[in-house]
Amino acid sequence: MRSVQRTTTGAAGDRSLVRDSSLVWLASGVVGVSFGAVSVAGGLPVWVPVLMSLVVYAGSAQFSAVGVLLAGGGPAAAVATGLLLNTRTAAFSLAVAEILGTGRAGRFLGAHLVTDETVAFALAQPDPARQRRAFWISGLGLFAVWNTGVLAGALAGSALGDTARYGLDAAFPAVLVALVLPILRADAAVRRCALLGAALALAATPAVPAGVPVLLALAGLLLHRRPAAAPGAAA
Amino acid sequence: MNPTLAVILALAVGTYAFRLVGPVLHGRVTVPPRVQELASAGAVVLLVALLATGALTEAGGFAGWARPAGVLAGAALAWRRAPFALVVLGAATTTALLRLAGMG
Repeated sequence: MRSVQRTTTGAAGDRSLVRDSSLVWLASGVVGVSFGAVSVAGGLPVWVPVLMSLVVYAGSAQFSAVGVLLAGGGPAAAVATGLLLNTRTAAFSLAVAEILGTGRAGRFLGAHLVTDETVAFALAQPDPARQRRAFWISGLGLFAVWNTGVLAGALAGSALGDTARYGLDAAFPAVLVALVLPILRADAAVRRCALLGAALALAATPAVPAGVPVLLALAGLLLHRRPAAAPGAAA
Repeated sequence: MNPTLAVILALAVGTYAFRLVGPVLHGRVTVPPRVQELASAGAVVLLVALLATGALTEAGGFAGWARPAGVLAGAALAWRRAPFALVVLGAATTTALLRLAGMG
């Protein structure tokens, strides 16, 4: 994360944003290929994963919706599962509202690009101007790579084999670790909330439907005290 | 309508509505600084919960040792302030090698 924390401006800054984004793009592209391949291998026509990726554009929700459809769970269950997983994007969109600004085109286009990775990448930047550039560079690139990957995977079928072999499932949590670690180091209040939230989410995972554990984690915010209310803790 | 198409459109409309919450409220209502602060903290809480459940669980159960071991390797690299690329590649490589060695 050294390169992300360094405050750089102009072309050099953009280059470092592209460099750091490109690994997320690469990993997402491969996951996109596997999404396309899994969908088609399960018996769905090519247009289903391709259209879904363009208009839904949310990896975990897409996988779960297709999974429910292929398991014969029915359309209503597929929609409910996907939407439950995506409720968190409402909270993310609040967090990046300032970054997206007030322009009509920016807000309505930018909203569609709100994903876990892009929000994390933007929030990890040190100043507002760089946060904005990070959001758009990471977001537009991710959208392009994800959809290209899904199309390629849907056309190629399951030639790639089991992507777990490449350890990609570990890459995504690691991306998030790298992005949130500087914030967790700097802010003890957020650190407390996040630890409680993660513990709650893990404890709930075996018992509740997918998507719910992460929402329960927001209860960790109860530890986020108003700074003025705790004068003794200020330092 | 084709039921699969209906699923895609319903998911798309619902997801986009969630994503519009922030941008639509922004500038229209004055968000108190305290709420803004909680929204930023909430995003980090969500991301940490996502990485914790993503590292440890799969379909409601334990994901096996190879994945969390890889994430831990990545976290150790991030803690040492290694470059972003090294963190991501280190995590994936560790997990891939452990799987190659037969760990789940």
